[in-house]
Amino acid sequence: MTLSQKKMYSLFFLLPAGIIYFTFYLLPTVMSLFFSMTRWTLTKWTYIGFENYQMFFEETSLRIGFRNTLIYAVVTCGLKVILALLLATLLTSKIWFKDYFRSMVFFPTLLSTIAVGIAFSTMMHPTQGVINTALAAIGIPGPDWLGNTKLALFSVAFIDVWKGVGIATVIYIAGIMSIPQHYYEALRIDGGSKFRSFWHITLPLSRPAMNSVIILSFIGGLRTFDLIWATTRGGPGFSTDLIASIIYKQYQAGFYGLATAGNVILFIGISVLAFPLYMFLNRREVEL
Amino acid sequence: MNTVVRDSTANTAVRKSSATAITGKVLVTLVLLVLSTVIFWIPFYFVIINSFKSGAAAADMTMAWPTAFHIIDNYAAVLSASEHMLIRAFYNSTLLTVLSLAGLIFVSSLAGFVLQRRERTRGAATLNFFILAGLMIPPAVVPTIWVLNSLNLFKTLAGLTLVEIALHFPFCAILYKAFTASVPRDIDESAFMDGCGGFKLFTHIIFPLLKPVTSTIIIITSVNIFNDFVNPLYFLPGAENATVQLTLYNFMSMYLTNWNLLFADVVLISLPPLVMFLFFNKRIIAGMTAGAVKG
Repeated sequence: MTLSQKKMYSLFFLLPAGIIYFTFYLLPTVMSLFFSMTRWTLTKWTYIGFENYQMFFEETSLRIGFRNTLIYAVVTCGLKVILALLLATLLTSKIWFKDYFRSMVFFPTLLSTIAVGIAFSTMMHPTQGVINTALAAIGIPGPDWLGNTKLALFSVAFIDVWKGVGIATVIYIAGIMSIPQHYYEALRIDGGSKFRSFWHITLPLSRPAMNSVIILSFIGGLRTFDLIWATTRGGPGFSTDLIASIIYKQYQAGFYGLATAGNVILFIGISVLAFPLYMFLNRREVEL
Repeated sequence: MNTVVRDSTANTAVRKSSATAITGKVLVTLVLLVLSTVIFWIPFYFVIINSFKSGAAAADMTMAWPTAFHIIDNYAAVLSASEHMLIRAFYNSTLLTVLSLAGLIFVSSLAGFVLQRRERTRGAATLNFFILAGLMIPPAVVPTIWVLNSLNLFKTLAGLTLVEIALHFPFCAILYKAFTASVPRDIDESAFMDGCGGFKLFTHIIFPLLKPVTSTIIIITSVNIFNDFVNPLYFLPGAENATVQLTLYNFMSMYLTNWNLLFADVVLISLPPLVMFLFFNKRIIAGMTAGAVKG
């Protein structure tokens, strides 16, 4: 690097970003490793080793968070990956009102999660809610969507998909639009059906888009907090408690060390699950 | 003679198949219209119509048309509740969004520019790794509070602004970096020759060229920060300086029986993103896609 380049691209330019990013993101992240092994108020701490982690794995009300978070992430991610692909295929085909439908699918992404959570928790009310009233009208007794311990997590996951499928869809749409049109024409000349063009062209060639969707929605699912908090607050019981909501509950109760241990577990969990997934998906991409 | 007959049969065949194609298209469109109405319009309608009803009528949680409209009463009540908490919250959220955006654009455009130009130098890979990590790994909340507290920034708008900048920095820096790659280095060289050194080169020549990303970032990040619930909940607690998302949360317990008011709040809070969407629909979609693919 020449002297003029050193001046033009001065490292001082990285300083404002560096200071803020370091102080308010990197430093707390690194310090969390230490604080997770303490019992502390914001000013004083006592080192207690791995006790917080031990508690996280032993206490049922905390341990349930791992299972719930994993189920939630897999369900929301899986549904988004499949639904968004179908929607994107539909919304790139020759249909009328394409722009309107695209806007419709995308718009919920921009709404506040809390607002969406409030609206759906009223609509999912067991007796008066719009959903169960509609079901009752056609003779189906609707369940208690958010009050049933077996169902609640999936109901929240459904709301998450309603809100988040739009972003996954536009990523797919961008991927599908970049597939050269002559592949489809070649298949049509050979007399291939619409299903074949989806299966043999759209699906394999939108792989990069699919990888982005998988990674984004899986990590998003693992980190979810606000939707849970706006709908069930972890209840009934602990049946919808995710790691992020447990962290908040422990923080509120004043167990800062325990809350921080939860953060570290989430951090390690995401690294252990998401980084290999990312590598795996990208490797597959290269082989194609 | 023979050919003419064949032609006309071919024509009918074409007409027939295009007729079935159109019927198919009409059917698909109808199905989609019904589905999109049920899945998307009903929730919107439900919230809006119930924000117009009286408290008792809204408590029924039905989609029925209101017998009496209380539009002005309800919205006035929400706006003046708890000493105009919502109006103050709108002010706080706007201030938070504007300040965070200004900071973000300043730090991440500079950083994105230098990172792209120094891409092949020593240490660049490490910096990239830290930025990518920021996209994936959630922030450690209590240690962040500890940092804010030691700097006397906990429970202040300034503190929350700095946290928002730090947390949105990776996304913005990656967008800026990707876009800087399309600005030729020759421009830097010639501007430098003309005596436009260092910072001036950036502010006068490069930054104006980055305008498309800047506007994408403004649109997307402003919606995200305005809608942010988690960070204000942790770093700016207390009703006094609540942001709009927190008012919703506070009203949830306060208005447990007044669904009409809660829904009025939901409607008011959803207006700013709606306006953004109406004006910048294409831009938002393009920006979110770019961010996702680059990230």
